[in-house]
Amino acid sequence: MVALALKQEAPLAGAALDIDDVSHHFDIDGKLLPVLDHVSLNAKPGEFVALLGPSGCGKSTLLRLVAGLEPPRSGSLTEDGRPIKGPHPSRVVVFQDPTLFPWRTVWKNVALGLEAQGIIKSQRPRVDAAIELVGLSGFANAYPHQLSGGMAQRVSLARALVNDPQILILDEPLGKLDSLTRLSMQTEIVSLWQRNGFTTLLVTHDVEEALFLAQRVIVFSDRPASIKADITVDTPYPRHRGDAYLAELRQQILGLLGLDATW
Amino acid sequence: MSSASNSEFTLPQSAEEGAAFAGANWPPLATLLAGSTGLLAGLAWAAFGLVSLLLPDVEAGDWSQTRNVGAAALGIAAAIAILSLGAPWFGRVGAGLRKRAPWLLLLGLLLTVWELATAKFGWLPLPFFPPPQAIVEVYTDDLPKLAASVWASVKLQLGGYAIGALLGFVTGVSIGWSVAVGYWIHPILRFIGPLPATAWLPIAFFTFPSSWSASTFLIALATGFPVTVLTWSGVASVSNAYYDVARTLGAKPSFLVLKVAIPAALPHVFVGLFMGLGASFAVLVVAEMIGVKAGLGWYLQWAQGWAAYANMYAALIVMSLLCSGAITALFRVRDGLLIWQKGVVKW
Repeated sequence: MVALALKQEAPLAGAALDIDDVSHHFDIDGKLLPVLDHVSLNAKPGEFVALLGPSGCGKSTLLRLVAGLEPPRSGSLTEDGRPIKGPHPSRVVVFQDPTLFPWRTVWKNVALGLEAQGIIKSQRPRVDAAIELVGLSGFANAYPHQLSGGMAQRVSLARALVNDPQILILDEPLGKLDSLTRLSMQTEIVSLWQRNGFTTLLVTHDVEEALFLAQRVIVFSDRPASIKADITVDTPYPRHRGDAYLAELRQQILGLLGLDATW
Repeated sequence: MSSASNSEFTLPQSAEEGAAFAGANWPPLATLLAGSTGLLAGLAWAAFGLVSLLLPDVEAGDWSQTRNVGAAALGIAAAIAILSLGAPWFGRVGAGLRKRAPWLLLLGLLLTVWELATAKFGWLPLPFFPPPQAIVEVYTDDLPKLAASVWASVKLQLGGYAIGALLGFVTGVSIGWSVAVGYWIHPILRFIGPLPATAWLPIAFFTFPSSWSASTFLIALATGFPVTVLTWSGVASVSNAYYDVARTLGAKPSFLVLKVAIPAALPHVFVGLFMGLGASFAVLVVAEMIGVKAGLGWYLQWAQGWAAYANMYAALIVMSLLCSGAITALFRVRDGLLIWQKGVVKW
């Protein structure tokens, strides 16, 4: 049975994420560098949460812990009540760099997850569907060096979505794109999320991006990161960038980040 | 009609367009100019042929192929001249010939000078500097022995190279991937690897049951060292980001090695294979000269023993074509496998 969950109408795919009192530090030449300081955070199934904070504060480290790429030094992380012990295709990361495998075509890059799980033979239509979903149907046989930055990041999104993740982890995925591509991809991410219903964690340091995309914005302090504020963005989609309510929240968040003067 | 007259008044927008524009207006002149080097090349080859046929050979010379070589040179001259003058009508063959015309011209001139300096005037001392027809004579008269030597060399080289490349690749991947394997293999590699494989010759020839197996071992050793080191460095330099991506998508360790580390390291591996090929040629020839009683290295040694210098040159030409052919084949394989890379060197 080939379940094309990518095209599900009623999204129920999201998982609950619980981050409970997580602290973490790096060991650099014997010196301990604290990066996360008692972070507790819950995301409901299907919720879109943005993590906002100054550059280098430790947000991306938190994402690596959620992805299971590293274990936390203390505290616990659970997905739907099950402890996160390692990477799993139900939690897929889209990194700031598309990190496409240059020796694989677009199609083979998107197929990577299904291939790694050994189910590619029966699931080939899912790859085609994912490529179509991000609007790159004509580029299935192109190599990464032939793509623009925006197209490469779309492939990276398709590579994540083809696995039907329950939690989609976005680590500044639009950080390196030009501003026009960025705006259109923000809209695309919202519609992908609404359509698939996965829980989304987005790390960004763009306040407007966080407010345009997320239902909740978590503001982090400088390193070691701790939660400064948990702001609910209570306005329906599709959102408008000039919305007065969003502008008000933006001012509040910039204040929390110590940037009042620039407003 | 109207589109044709429009295009006449459109200025060329680039250098190529400009050239095409000019060429379209005066085709006969452009054709003649482009064909003139080819014509000169034809004349040079004709000179070679005429010199061979018309001038008498020096008294010491006893070459059965002089007339054939002269006739063949005239035939080549005619072919070059016709093809280059009529290049537009010969499609790819004509275009290819025009591109190579300067080289053909130089070759024709060199052959003429060579013929004059050896066979006709004897400016160069004879047994050491045979004329072109003496080398051609080797190919016609000594073909069976030469062919047997080629076959022996190819067999020995292919066997040793395949074993060395395979073992080097596996060792390199293991060292790059596993710290434990690296701990044991790395010191051995550092101790033995830099030693020239030919230094093992005396030991190898009495420890191995046959000179053939000894030579295979030495060729494999010469190939294996660069392949191991470069495969290892290729695997070690794979970005962690690739592993992170694969792991979050559910990849197991075997997938990480086979589908991430190895493909990412392949460009390095091919540098190693290329270096190994060069090193193994040297070992092959030395091994054949010293111990193996077959192959082109042995043929060279044998020819020198009989002062058959024409045979030496003939064998050297064949050897050069074989080595160059092997590198071409390796590069073809690489171009096929690394089609995703930009700007690879064309051999």
